[in-house]
Amino acid sequence: MDFQLSDDQRALRSGMRDLLGAVFDRDRMRAAVERGGGVDRGLWRELGAAGLFALRLPEEAGGVGLGLPEAVLLFEEAGRALLPGPLVATHLAAGLVKGAAEGEAVVAVAEGAGRPVADLGDADAVLVAGGAEVLTGEALEAFAAGAVPVRSMDPLTPLHRVEGRWAGAGASEGRSAGAGASEAYPGALRREGALLTAAEQLGSATRTTEMAVQHAGAREQFGSLIGSFQAVKHLCADMLARTEPARSALYAAALTGDPVEIAAAKLLADEAAVRNARDCLQIHGGMGFTWEADVHLHLKRAWLRAARWLTAAEAEEILAADLGPVRPLYSGSAAGG
Amino acid sequence: MDLAYTEAEEEFRGRLREWLAAVLPGLPPKPSPDDWPARRAYDTAWQRMLYDAGYAGLHWPADAGGRGATPTQHLIFLEETEKAGAPYVGANFVGLLHAGPTIAAEGTAEQRARWLPPVLRGDEIWCQGFSEPDAGSDLAALRTRAVRDGDDYVVSGQKIWTSHAEVADWCELLVRTDPGAPKHRGISWLAMPMDAPGITVRPLRTLAGSTEFAEVFLDEVRVPVRNRVGAENDGWRVTMVTLSFERGTAFVGEVVACRRTLDALAAEARRNGRWDDAVLRRRLGRLNAEFRALWRLTQWNVGESERTGGVPGIGGSVFKLRYSGVRQELYEAAAEVLGAEGAFDLDREWALDRLSSLSYTIAAGTSQIQRNIVAERILGLPKGR
Ligand SMILES: Cc1cc2nc3c(=O)[nH]c(=O)nc-3n(C[C@H](O)[C@H](O)[C@H](O)COP(=O)(O)OP(=O)(O)OC[C@H]3O[C@@H](n4cnc5c(N)ncnc54)[C@H](O)[C@@H]3O)c2cc1C
Repeated sequence: MDFQLSDDQRALRSGMRDLLGAVFDRDRMRAAVERGGGVDRGLWRELGAAGLFALRLPEEAGGVGLGLPEAVLLFEEAGRALLPGPLVATHLAAGLVKGAAEGEAVVAVAEGAGRPVADLGDADAVLVAGGAEVLTGEALEAFAAGAVPVRSMDPLTPLHRVEGRWAGAGASEGRSAGAGASEAYPGALRREGALLTAAEQLGSATRTTEMAVQHAGAREQFGSLIGSFQAVKHLCADMLARTEPARSALYAAALTGDPVEIAAAKLLADEAAVRNARDCLQIHGGMGFTWEADVHLHLKRAWLRAARWLTAAEAEEILAADLGPVRPLYSGSAAGG
Repeated sequence: MDLAYTEAEEEFRGRLREWLAAVLPGLPPKPSPDDWPARRAYDTAWQRMLYDAGYAGLHWPADAGGRGATPTQHLIFLEETEKAGAPYVGANFVGLLHAGPTIAAEGTAEQRARWLPPVLRGDEIWCQGFSEPDAGSDLAALRTRAVRDGDDYVVSGQKIWTSHAEVADWCELLVRTDPGAPKHRGISWLAMPMDAPGITVRPLRTLAGSTEFAEVFLDEVRVPVRNRVGAENDGWRVTMVTLSFERGTAFVGEVVACRRTLDALAAEARRNGRWDDAVLRRRLGRLNAEFRALWRLTQWNVGESERTGGVPGIGGSVFKLRYSGVRQELYEAAAEVLGAEGAFDLDREWALDRLSSLSYTIAAGTSQIQRNIVAERILGLPKGR
């Protein structure tokens, strides 16, 4: 067993970090905030060229031929950088929607009843998660006509509320198999959507921990660095103690693809992202409450992602259903638990 | 990144499983938790069986009498023995998991030959004499004094919370050998025979009603100088080696046990109707996520120590901090599942385990101390108060 990142995986991750540092640095991120989010088509194509969307398509199909563990590493970086846009949906649509793999098309997702749709205004196609349908052309127009813009809490994620006949889309999981979707697709779509969203959450949780530690090591009060105060130190330690188990759960889930492990990873990564952002905000004091500090952007996005693909309640039910009667737990093989 | 075990590892697991299946049914029933002599006999007999089968000191280096197994094999050993319901290391805990490894790492050839084989065979058991009434979290404030007199140290003072002291043969003892030195500098690490004149052991009753640990009074106890491990006054460094072993893999088997407990709880809830309570059901689901993540974190830490040469790192502090809290939440949920009738019945294992789980955020370094370690040594925050 070698449950550690390989050299190639480390290289992939640092390549993505470098790329995002170059094409989406803080200035560009803040400019996107002032614009109110929305997809930057140029950036989308650059991400496409870097393989973010085609990562898991086979090489024969023009993809990169890598797997979920690698995708998780890239989405972790995206979460860290607060990269906006329907990244997960477009990635999932590669091979299904023309142009998605290359970053030519922007694909949003409708997850079903009661869930707002993100980035609909920029979308060339919409995946209907529950039914595995893909909406384009007239169907997309009809869908958009029944959508009402919402004043989104997250300035980087425009939202629509869906009304009319599409409002319950997704409730009938797996029934209508649409364009190009295989039978098994709806379940896989939700699982992978949850996993990759969890990866973004983990990246955000890691970043807010770093921001908190950085600030605690720089800001002085009472003649000392605030990081030398135990109350502050312990907040930081708890942030790490939330992030690291979530990281192990996430990487393991990416390796096994097991739905229960994915539920565990999403649940813990959501919690790490939300609570770490809150603690980071607290450690920044008054500055943390300003628009200028990035921490609110992490918190708002973390809240939003926690309500997507797999909510805490849904994840907990999946995890509960997995329990008892007593049976073998941690199998010796790769699949584990 | 890979979760698959190698063929050799799977083969090791297979052989171990077969052996466990063959020997476990013949074991005598577990003794009562209050009967220390019986517990000692039971635990050491199990250690002897492991020794005879070639599984003793699996993770110890070969030149210390161990099998030189990889961290992954040790993980498999802890996982499989727990899964099979094999006896817990019990009274052999200190000897096998930290005193022995410390002597293997820091002792002379003579010391290794004297103390290690009896630990592996289950002939001798150890206790840990670190804490004192005025030196707990602040361990370096210890005051027990050792004054050199010819070839002996003459030791006087008091230790406290010494687990298994009643039945131990040896004690890993921290003493102050230079009272004038700064507090971390004047400490030495001694192996003290527990039958030496001048030692009084007074059992302390725990909140669970049992006598898990004891006070140890030391009145001019003579300990040969050759029993000192490491240089005189260099005991703090040796202590850090001991503590890193203690926090290393000591809890691995317990994570597996907790997950089994959780399954049993869910089965009980399904039986008694509590499963219909969505809040409780979801709480159990959340605990499932926690124990799965802790198990994966263990594998991650083992992967890391395998790459860095087998020394448990401070990642153990992150694990210990999270695990100790989650374990307590497990027993709170258990009390909910059992309801007022079952939760207070001391004849039920749950109730006792709930009580003993309270020690997890205190023993082996409190959660506050773990947070200091994580913040200062992993995150690099400044020292302070
Ligand atoms: C079941 C059990 C078995 C044990 N077995 C052994 C054994 O075999 N051998 C042995 O030597 N010891 C043993 N111990 C002792 C254990 O290591 C100590 O209890 C532990 O280190 C805490 O020390 P203390 O009890 O003196 O508490 P204290 O150090 O007095 O702590 C009291 C409270 O103050 C907090 N505190 C103290 N210092 C700080 C600080 N710097 N910052 C923030 N908070 C702080 C603590 O977190 C705690 O909440 C055992 C303890 C238990 C419960």
